[in-house]
Amino acid sequence: MTLYIFYFLSFLAVLSAFMVVYSKNPVHSVLYLIVTFFAIAGHYILLNAQFLAAVHVIVYAGAIMVLFLYVIMMLNLNQETEPHKSNYLKLAATVAGGIFMIVLIGSLKGVEKIENLNAANQSAGLIKNLGQVLYRDYMLPFEMASILFLAAMVGAVMLGKNELK
Amino acid sequence: MVSGYIIYKAIMVVLIFLIGLGIAAYSTYAERKVAAFLQDRLGPNKAGPYGLLQPIADGVKMFMKEEIIPDVSNKFLFILGPCIAMLTACMTGVVIPWSTPITIDGVSYPLQITDINIGILYVFGVVSIGVYGIMIGGWASNNKFSLLGALRASAQMISYEIAMGLSIIALVMMTGTISLGEIAAQQAGGNWNIIYQPLGFLIFITCAFAECNRTPFDLPECETELVGGYHTEYSSMKLGFYLFAEYVNMFISSAIISTLYFGGYNMPFIGRFVTDPNMLSILGVVFLFGKIFFFIFFFMWIRWTIPRFRYDQLMHLGWKIFIPLSILNIILTGAGILFFNR
Repeated sequence: MTLYIFYFLSFLAVLSAFMVVYSKNPVHSVLYLIVTFFAIAGHYILLNAQFLAAVHVIVYAGAIMVLFLYVIMMLNLNQETEPHKSNYLKLAATVAGGIFMIVLIGSLKGVEKIENLNAANQSAGLIKNLGQVLYRDYMLPFEMASILFLAAMVGAVMLGKNELK
Repeated sequence: MVSGYIIYKAIMVVLIFLIGLGIAAYSTYAERKVAAFLQDRLGPNKAGPYGLLQPIADGVKMFMKEEIIPDVSNKFLFILGPCIAMLTACMTGVVIPWSTPITIDGVSYPLQITDINIGILYVFGVVSIGVYGIMIGGWASNNKFSLLGALRASAQMISYEIAMGLSIIALVMMTGTISLGEIAAQQAGGNWNIIYQPLGFLIFITCAFAECNRTPFDLPECETELVGGYHTEYSSMKLGFYLFAEYVNMFISSAIISTLYFGGYNMPFIGRFVTDPNMLSILGVVFLFGKIFFFIFFFMWIRWTIPRFRYDQLMHLGWKIFIPLSILNIILTGAGILFFNR
């Protein structure tokens, strides 16, 4: 049963991810991306990580994608008004994307080691265990990450300001 | 036993679905009666005694009207919009604890469909998806007014979700659980959360108004500026779904407000008069619905008392007042927990 759900969710995720790229209409792209996020949230639930799944839906599908959709709807992007990038930029984007893919494939190398650690622990993804791991075992990295986020937020506010005196 | 369990859950789901729809239908009637009362009019009184059949007449009218799908709009998305709005409105009811378990023949039947361990986060997830119904519908209508309504709705929901989430964090810090069943059970005997979280409650209920698109926050469908807002192009039952989803949302938010801050199914001192647990359980449902009806009335009361905000006022209120206030509330709650060591 779980296996079939996994296959279905994976199929859905991959298909809608392809549709994000191939859709002509940017709004459709965003909607397919939302479907992808839901499929990934389903994967989290299969992995017993309910908290992660809920937060994934709230933050990505519920907040970030709404903002994406907002911007795209407001700018009313379509083929005629879409700015065409120079070939230079396209080449750079392809190289950067390729390098990123190599990084992702490289990360698959250590997969065998991770599996044995978590297989027995059914409640690893529950909020209590997650909180204890984050605030006890990984306190410093967690705080560092939040400071980085704060810096990014302050930076965004500074960039967004029209006039700096 | 397993099949019995499934049948019992299925009955619960259908029952809560029907109750939700029934209450939503009669909320439309109640809204008009409350409006009439507040404006010194009579309200609907022709269909049946006291106009009690009015919701049915309205429903029949909605179904009988001609369905129009604008020629240029995206048909699939145009239909998907109201579907999502209605679906997400009906989905949140499953985590609300309606009362303590009923015991029949030694088998205990909890009156909560599921007490999932992410509890309140599930509600947030569903609520945050709900905005897509409005956004997709508004965009697929291919109408300027609809699009503006959809944009307003999305910006408003995002802004108020943050303050709502932060006000819930203070509550979760205090109760130490995110399961709605446990939060309700902790408030037994008049130990309601409103006593400890008055500021959090104020923020939460205001944000609930904004999330339900109720006046004074009904900017997405503001008829003086936007004709009909996001549902300008909708007709027949698709329009009915949008309007209906609003009332179902109102019912569910009232249930969640009662559960989180007003003791849910608990009523102080009732244990002294009734001792039979099954009787207490049934009374719990009655009390919860009493609280829910009060909050539905409160929603209507506010609607017919306070005029609509201007859009910049809405954003100012959300970002510059409620978010700092809710952060202050978290700090105060943390200090309180440290000080009283609760």
